[in-house]
Amino acid sequence: MSTETVSPRVEAAPARLWRLGDAAGSVVLFGAIGLFVIWSALTHPSQFVAGLVVGSVLALGALGLTLIYGVLKFAHFAHGDSMMLAAYLAFFVLSGNLVGTRGTDVRVPWSFADLPGATEPIWRFSFGYGLLLSMVVAAALAAVILILVDRWVYRPLRQRRAGLAIFAIVSLGVAIAMRSLVLMIWGPTPRFYVSGIRPTLQLPGGPRIPTDQLFIVAAAIVLAVAVYLLLYRTTTGRAMRAMADNPDLARVSGIDTEAVVRTTWLVSGGLIAVAGVLLALQSQLKPELGFILLLPVFAAAILGGIGSPHGALVGGLVVGVLQEVAVTVGPLSPGYKFSIAFVVLILVILVRPRGLFGA
Amino acid sequence: MTAAPAVATQPLLEAVDITAGYGGVDILRGVSIRVQPGEMVAIIGPNGAGKSTLMKALFGLLPVRTGRVLLAGEEITRESPDRLVRRGMCYVPQTDNVFPSLTIRENLEIGGFARDGGRGERMEQVFSLFPVLAERPNERAGRLSGGQRQLLAIARALMLDPQLLLLDEPSASLSPKMVDMVFEKVVEINATGTAILMVEQNARQALSLSHRGYVLAGGENRLEGDARQLLESDEVRRLYLGE
Repeated sequence: MSTETVSPRVEAAPARLWRLGDAAGSVVLFGAIGLFVIWSALTHPSQFVAGLVVGSVLALGALGLTLIYGVLKFAHFAHGDSMMLAAYLAFFVLSGNLVGTRGTDVRVPWSFADLPGATEPIWRFSFGYGLLLSMVVAAALAAVILILVDRWVYRPLRQRRAGLAIFAIVSLGVAIAMRSLVLMIWGPTPRFYVSGIRPTLQLPGGPRIPTDQLFIVAAAIVLAVAVYLLLYRTTTGRAMRAMADNPDLARVSGIDTEAVVRTTWLVSGGLIAVAGVLLALQSQLKPELGFILLLPVFAAAILGGIGSPHGALVGGLVVGVLQEVAVTVGPLSPGYKFSIAFVVLILVILVRPRGLFGA
Repeated sequence: MTAAPAVATQPLLEAVDITAGYGGVDILRGVSIRVQPGEMVAIIGPNGAGKSTLMKALFGLLPVRTGRVLLAGEEITRESPDRLVRRGMCYVPQTDNVFPSLTIRENLEIGGFARDGGRGERMEQVFSLFPVLAERPNERAGRLSGGQRQLLAIARALMLDPQLLLLDEPSASLSPKMVDMVFEKVVEINATGTAILMVEQNARQALSLSHRGYVLAGGENRLEGDARQLLESDEVRRLYLGE
């Protein structure tokens, strides 16, 4: 049927030019990223694979961040430290270790490692089912902690209609509190889920990688699919997307918006915890982990287009690969690895602030 | 137009002497209105008369400072919107009234979010009322034209099968052809027994379709009565119809 609004159907020339420029920008951006990915896969296969592993962790973190941003409309600066805290919680329920006086550990009477065969390696991984149980418990605990923090910290701000800067600073405060808490309870020394030599695996026609990395990528894929199904196939997910689109209309449509907020923290809490555990599994657990993660996770979410779930996944993988590959090229020292995310962030904000998939 | 329903003993919606506003300023200063079951009522008035503010106050989006709002005799003055929709009162805002990244079908599903069951059947009924929307249920709302969006916004609000539908300027920024189309649908919805309270700039058309009308000015009731009589009254012609 012919339905025309009176107003801006006829575009002014500058608007058309702007759209043309925008389209050209996306072609250049997508093309550059595509070429870079193909090039690095061919010339630096081992860094490329390492990048995909780090990238899948970043993707999960960015997915949680983008969901929180979409529904609650604020930049959650405690995201990295929540990942770190959740990883420590998994460490605690697995090993039962706390730091005692003078840096010696004390052990609580019971932990998952005490279950029969809990530390026996599954398949060729380095860990047993105890770690999987710990990851699930840590996800539940992280979700509860985030819901309580929202209830006691962010909700009062929401009700007062506080500005973006207030939310950003307050969540930074939450991040610092989390880090201090971890330092108090588990001390500053690095922790490991499993000790000893990590089994490795020869990829067909590719590099040799630690077997655990297969698990990391597989777990990330499973979670990403689960979140996709939740968002696009369930009523709860549709309510979350509706609220991200237009919170006022969601409210007048009869959606209990506070319930949607709780669900969002629940889902993000799960993603945060699994991402934290996976990251600690592949390197080590230390209190600075959260702060180190914060920048690449934000870069990934913004590169993908903040608020876009697909974007977060793609952004995470791209930032991961960039980080690992860029430092092998030219005179860059590996110490600059984490500055790559910063460069990505600045470039995206300059060239295309709405990111790859942003609306 | 259908004949005005017989005057029922109890009004469906009754606002008594309400005051509301933003910050320290009262926009509404003692407005009273009444909607009978099945009735179609238009609120007209010049810009800044407080028409949209009244809608928001009735729907719990803006705190009512003094006065009372009753729905079917029960007090709803400080009830939240998500409870009001469960009591059979739905609202279509003037702008931003669809979820642009959701499909037509998903918009309707969200509209029926508060339903306990029968969402599928209700969606069939709503689709049959809006064949244009039924043609492409998987189109994103953000890609629809202004007129289709307005239809979708009304369709979304109908998913709960409300007793009373509040429409805030349904004809705003539409072409004359689409305005006719939207008003036609509004009359059709009213004919199914849903009472309608709408705010309109398009005073002549709104009054000619409604049973009764109110004229607001400066946040106060100016005139009220039978829509035909209002349309013919000298004051309305002079002030709001530009004659």
